[in-house]
Amino acid sequence: MSLLELTAVELAKEIKAGKTTAVEAMKAVLEQIEKTEETYHCYITIDKEKAMQAAKEAQEKIEAGTLTGPLAGVPVAIKDNLCTKGVVTTCASKILENFVPQYDAEAVVKLQEAGAVMIGKTNMDEFAMGSTTETSAYGVTKNPRNPEHVPGGSSGGSAAAVAADECFFALGSDTGGSIRQPASYCGVVGMKPTYGTVSRYGLVAYGSSLDQIGPLCKDVTDCATIMEVIASHDLKDSTSVERKDTDFTSALVDDVKGMRIGIPKDYFGEGLDPDVKASVLNAVEVLKAKGAIVEEFDLSLVEYAIPTYYTIAAAEASSNLERFDGVKYGYRAKDYEGLHNMYKKTRSEGFGPEVKRRIMLGSFVLSSGYYDAYYLKALRVKALIKKAFDEAFAKYDVIIGPAAPTTAPKLGSSLSDPIKMYLSDIYTISVNLAGLPGMTVPCGTDKNGLPVGMQLIGNCFEEKKLIQTAYTYEQSRKEN
Amino acid sequence: MAKEYETVIGLEVHVELATKTKIFCGCSTAFGGSPNSHTCPVCTGMPGSLPVLNKQVVEYAAAVGLATNCTITQNCKFDRKNYFYPDNPQNYQISQLYLPICRNGHVDIELEDGTTKQIRIHEIHMEEDAGKLVHDEWDDVSYVDYNRSGVPLIEIVSEPDMRSAEEVIAYLDKLRLIIQYLGASDCKLQEGSMRADVNLSVREAGSEAFGTRTETKNLNSFSAIARAIEAEKNRQIDLIESGEAVVQETRRWDDNKEYSYAMRSKEDAQDYRYFPDPDLVPVHISDAWLEEIRSRQPEFKTEKMARYKEEFGIPDYDIGILTDSKKLADLFEATTAICSQPKKVSNWLMGETMRILKEKEMEPEDITFSPENLAKLIGLVEAGTINGSVAKEIFEKIFDEDINPEQYVEEHGLKQVNDEGALRATIEEVIAANPQSVEDYRNGKEKAIGFLVGQTMKAMKGKANPGMVNQILKELL
Repeated sequence: MSLLELTAVELAKEIKAGKTTAVEAMKAVLEQIEKTEETYHCYITIDKEKAMQAAKEAQEKIEAGTLTGPLAGVPVAIKDNLCTKGVVTTCASKILENFVPQYDAEAVVKLQEAGAVMIGKTNMDEFAMGSTTETSAYGVTKNPRNPEHVPGGSSGGSAAAVAADECFFALGSDTGGSIRQPASYCGVVGMKPTYGTVSRYGLVAYGSSLDQIGPLCKDVTDCATIMEVIASHDLKDSTSVERKDTDFTSALVDDVKGMRIGIPKDYFGEGLDPDVKASVLNAVEVLKAKGAIVEEFDLSLVEYAIPTYYTIAAAEASSNLERFDGVKYGYRAKDYEGLHNMYKKTRSEGFGPEVKRRIMLGSFVLSSGYYDAYYLKALRVKALIKKAFDEAFAKYDVIIGPAAPTTAPKLGSSLSDPIKMYLSDIYTISVNLAGLPGMTVPCGTDKNGLPVGMQLIGNCFEEKKLIQTAYTYEQSRKEN
Repeated sequence: MAKEYETVIGLEVHVELATKTKIFCGCSTAFGGSPNSHTCPVCTGMPGSLPVLNKQVVEYAAAVGLATNCTITQNCKFDRKNYFYPDNPQNYQISQLYLPICRNGHVDIELEDGTTKQIRIHEIHMEEDAGKLVHDEWDDVSYVDYNRSGVPLIEIVSEPDMRSAEEVIAYLDKLRLIIQYLGASDCKLQEGSMRADVNLSVREAGSEAFGTRTETKNLNSFSAIARAIEAEKNRQIDLIESGEAVVQETRRWDDNKEYSYAMRSKEDAQDYRYFPDPDLVPVHISDAWLEEIRSRQPEFKTEKMARYKEEFGIPDYDIGILTDSKKLADLFEATTAICSQPKKVSNWLMGETMRILKEKEMEPEDITFSPENLAKLIGLVEAGTINGSVAKEIFEKIFDEDINPEQYVEEHGLKQVNDEGALRATIEEVIAANPQSVEDYRNGKEKAIGFLVGQTMKAMKGKANPGMVNQILKELL
């Protein structure tokens, strides 16, 4: 059996047991990258020497007994909007083409403490704005399940790297579905935790009130293990929450008896691909057979989630991205006359079209005279969406639906119609608006063999219910 | 007949708070330091960095609000004010627009005619300062120094309740005193730790409607503020008299030219696209926290004056001056606590201390000498160990270097000569050497004795007991 077939947790156990080493694992990953990266283009930056050196150091510490973490020696890929000390962090944008952070993102620090070894930085939609990883300034990533299709986005590089065995697990970020949707398209497991669970320090902000970092990985056990490592109360992030219930692996229990599962009818209506619908409902049947109580309900307000999300996320993005101005770091236009012209040329040349579209949209909804009509109204709808979920979670432990209306679209078919692309986020974005945890697990394929993901949504701080439900489902698939 | 006009003034006062660290990161707020030495990813706007609120800023802002009779917003929020400029590293300033920490306050100001007037405070909000641009003298480039970026400020916005420069200065002085007493800032206009922007309009006397206002910036002293108000009032009246309209705009005062020029009009005003900062959670000031801040409020000038009158029995004039500066008042109380001579302490502070401060163009807040050494000096004079003129010399040393006067007198042999034999011998020599003055005195020129006293003091290097010299001289003449 190839090392690459191991999950992150399995690999860590093998390394710990002395059956293999961190160096062997890194070598295997780099060889795989050598073979497939040209086709899939999962990464923006890979420093093989640095990765091998880090693996060697990790192995020495493991042998010396000073590194005993649950991910000790496991190669990991990091989305390129997470700051990595001394390693260029581009956010897939030209405007940060030469930006080398002096600090690591807190989530990266936590992984390092647990012994994971970084391979490189994965491709993404520019500043996480996009659903296909096609808005990257550094080329598109292809779906390893079928290279004619997109891997999803914005964490497409991370999802594809896991699917292509170009890493053992990856970190992504999720502002409106950017972990759950690519996980669905690439057939891997992904989780967006409750807002505030993973520190955002060092995550280059897109929509600050919605952004969360989370894992993309091979199975539910890996997901729970990684979550346990990266969840932390960080005083450097004012929105970080102190939680005492981050022992997520304790929820790896094969049992859903009495678990109340709500199926929102609004998630299964018009626009949903019939193959996706069938796969997800099949998975629900499996859970029902294992003792879960399943019930349909009306979630309501689903149709308002998209305009609400694009108003709030774009507003925050328009402000968050102001710091990229050519003054302090990153790209600066070559020829300019005076300060104003420098700003204008730098930002015109440095940002891609999708980022510019959202900056303009966000600036508009915040402008004087429109603030109340758009931004404030969006905040009110956001509160109503949260309320609708609160009511649902009074009745259900877990809500299940699809992660996306379709399987992965073909390359080049999405960007020409941004509204259609925005609509494809319909099942994921309300989770960010309400700050809830959401998780995607593979639940089959469509008629073309493309993966379908089932999305599990939980109440705030109830990741464990998601993990338990997903784990139970995963066990039943292994049995068959 | 010429029309009569009334000037209507409101102030926006920025005060730099005296916290040790910046408002949203742990960097030092200390002045000086080489460019960008007091910076980190947060205050230089690095990608992925996040602000964390310094609680001390909230406490200072709330304390100023309580002292100015404001309502404290117990759930206040920070907003982003978006505008591009290189000294603003994120290209947005974190400030408060929608829910400022303090609202609806007032202070009473005392005017020269003995009346008091209430000036209402619209709001006080917290915000971060910007960095500084350094323009190269030779080359066509500018550099940015972010050492000041993120230094905490409060902005105190008054209602348009002032009608003259006198009222404006009385209001500013009132704010300065309150804030200095709180220790929330040193409030130095010259150094920029207190900055006032003047919103001014004129209207016909008796009119209820406001005229079009202008905002004047760059006012670095009370006298500049007075001059700028006078100039702006006249400029607006001239415009109105000649049938032109006052344009709503921001003007910059040039105190050397005694002239202001337009910086930007309302039409050019930027849309700051304010919105709540999603990186910061709302600030909740609990009842208990507010009570804690309230209980720490110091004794302010008015209460202090009443207590001094009762406790120390010094003249009202002295009390007024001593309590006009927290530093002077503290020094007075500490020194008096050691030597129990309130009037003597007051005399040193009001006389020599104020004289030297004026001479050196310093503020009472710049005083560095200790109450211990002033108390010792007073003790030396009282014991007759040194005379008054030697004491003044030593005081200058205390003022500059905070020397121990007892040790200094010992080391420099400055003890007063009270030995009658030694005094008599010297005086006899002086009389012998100055027959003309002796003659003049004997002929009824009383003043001539002064010269002889001076000569005696000179001969004894200033250490002679002046009372005894006078007495012996009179006896011998």
